[in-house]
Amino acid sequence: MAFSIPPFLQFMFRRVLQIIPVVIAIAALNFLLLSLAPGDAADVISANNGGASAEEVQALRESLGLDRPMIVQFFSYMGGVLTLDLGQSYVRGMPVLDLVMSRVPATLLLMVTSLALAVLAGILLGILSSTRYGSLLDRVMSIISLLLYSTPHFWLALMMIVFFSVHLGLLPSGNIATIGGDFSFLGRVWDVFVHLILPAVTMAMFYIAVYMRLMRSSMLEVLDLDYITAARARGASEKKIAYSHAARNALLPVVTLAGVQIGHALGGSVLIETVFGWPGLGRLVYESLLERDTNTLMGILVVSSVLVIVVSLCIDLVCGLLDPRIVHK
Amino acid sequence: MSRSSDFLRRLFSSWTTALGAVLLFIIVVAAIFGPIVYTVDPFEMLGRPAQLPSARFPLGTDVSGRDILAGILNGARVSLIVGLAASLGATLIGIVIGALSGYFGGLIDDTLMRITDFFLTVPNFVLLLVIVSVFTSTIEVITLAIAFVSWPSVARLVRSEFASHASREYVHACRGLGMSHMEIMGRQILPNVMAPIIVVSSLMVASAILTEAGLSFLGLSDPDIVSWGYMIGVGRTVLRSAWWMAAIPGVMIVLAVLAINLVGEGLNDALNPRMRQR
Repeated sequence: MAFSIPPFLQFMFRRVLQIIPVVIAIAALNFLLLSLAPGDAADVISANNGGASAEEVQALRESLGLDRPMIVQFFSYMGGVLTLDLGQSYVRGMPVLDLVMSRVPATLLLMVTSLALAVLAGILLGILSSTRYGSLLDRVMSIISLLLYSTPHFWLALMMIVFFSVHLGLLPSGNIATIGGDFSFLGRVWDVFVHLILPAVTMAMFYIAVYMRLMRSSMLEVLDLDYITAARARGASEKKIAYSHAARNALLPVVTLAGVQIGHALGGSVLIETVFGWPGLGRLVYESLLERDTNTLMGILVVSSVLVIVVSLCIDLVCGLLDPRIVHK
Repeated sequence: MSRSSDFLRRLFSSWTTALGAVLLFIIVVAAIFGPIVYTVDPFEMLGRPAQLPSARFPLGTDVSGRDILAGILNGARVSLIVGLAASLGATLIGIVIGALSGYFGGLIDDTLMRITDFFLTVPNFVLLLVIVSVFTSTIEVITLAIAFVSWPSVARLVRSEFASHASREYVHACRGLGMSHMEIMGRQILPNVMAPIIVVSSLMVASAILTEAGLSFLGLSDPDIVSWGYMIGVGRTVLRSAWWMAAIPGVMIVLAVLAINLVGEGLNDALNPRMRQR
């Protein structure tokens, strides 16, 4: 009897295997950037520590292995990345992988919350807009979405802080929890939730605009199809047609785009996290920039790319549930 | 009616496009002539810090007593130049890669599209920060780096257009006439697929302006040039006491990006009437 792997598992397996070439390519790109850059890690470390003599820099270079031939350095860096060794953060004196992984949960919390919010709100507003196509509501929503789409979200974040934190005093302006707060478990969850509202909503704003526009045009396309006319002929109510018949098919491009935009969202979180002092990957990027901690920056690039692939894999699974044909392609 | 006036009539048939064009025109004029007419040095400390708008300082002064209006006018130049140049660069890279990929197909297509997918996977903004921080942050490096991380969407589009044209009869005819591949791609196919490319690259100017603003907000701007993002970063330090300092340059970014997006959408409707968004 022939043993066959279910198509669903094959699909997952193929996607997970994709991580490897991406990691290799990023490692190669990192190495290329480093070798093109003026000066090396030894220069940076000695500059950060207030300068050093030429002999000291040379000694440092030897201890870091920077005096070896390029090709040897390349393979040792590559080997490191593939065995999950991203090197040391010279500034903080700890392994880059530990440093980066300690920041992943906060970023995931922010990203998943804001993207979920954006997809949900975008879809609902898009349906609403499409069913009232051409009305005043539709036009006003189009203009608002274009405005949101044109607003730099780091600036929107500042203005949200001015309004909701400084002016109204309603919400905390930064960090993930109250410093020195002594709470029960539920109290702590509530505390983090309150801190999450402003950054998550700010980040969601831009994507709400994107998904709303896409959902609207996708709905308008689907509403023209024969099966909708057939449903109308059978006497289904307009509400039922829009929300259950059309929406399900119109949803696919939105969810697919959300998957594609994970990388974009991770990039944007650098700015949002910096403004709100959210202790995630994005803020670590900013801190490493200030400290000229190149090793950590490169490590973040590797980890965040893997994160993008994993999250978009999860989204593909959702798409597979929405439309089983995808898995079999 | 001539073709070009017909095109202009279609382009400005919607009031949103006209509004975008007027806004854009004002910003471009301000960027070109503003610093010539209003010759205040945006870096010079001229008065008390954090003043509200007055006759002497129409938009007030910043934390170091520098004239905000001078910064806004000079910043308009930076935003527009970086936005245009980066979008142009990304479009050129995207056209070359997309054309080769779509026209030749096969192994070339596979290789180039794997590279494109890679750039679509890596968080763009993080890659951009790494590049700019590894090199020095001059305006040239920033522009090139933005182009370097933005080309994949153009490449995807150009590829699909070229792939659909590569097997059409007129292309076969060109081959039969003995034209080289370069000639067919550049002189025959490219003019036919220019419309969607123009739309995408005009919208890319808007996103490049947003990206540059983000970079300079984080302090990665050219230290010799005032930009809107840098001004927001400066204003952020006194956000609680003088919020307008960060608000003013931000409003300028919104207006500039909105204007370009409106014009871009108008171009889309005018150039691709069949794909017209409803």
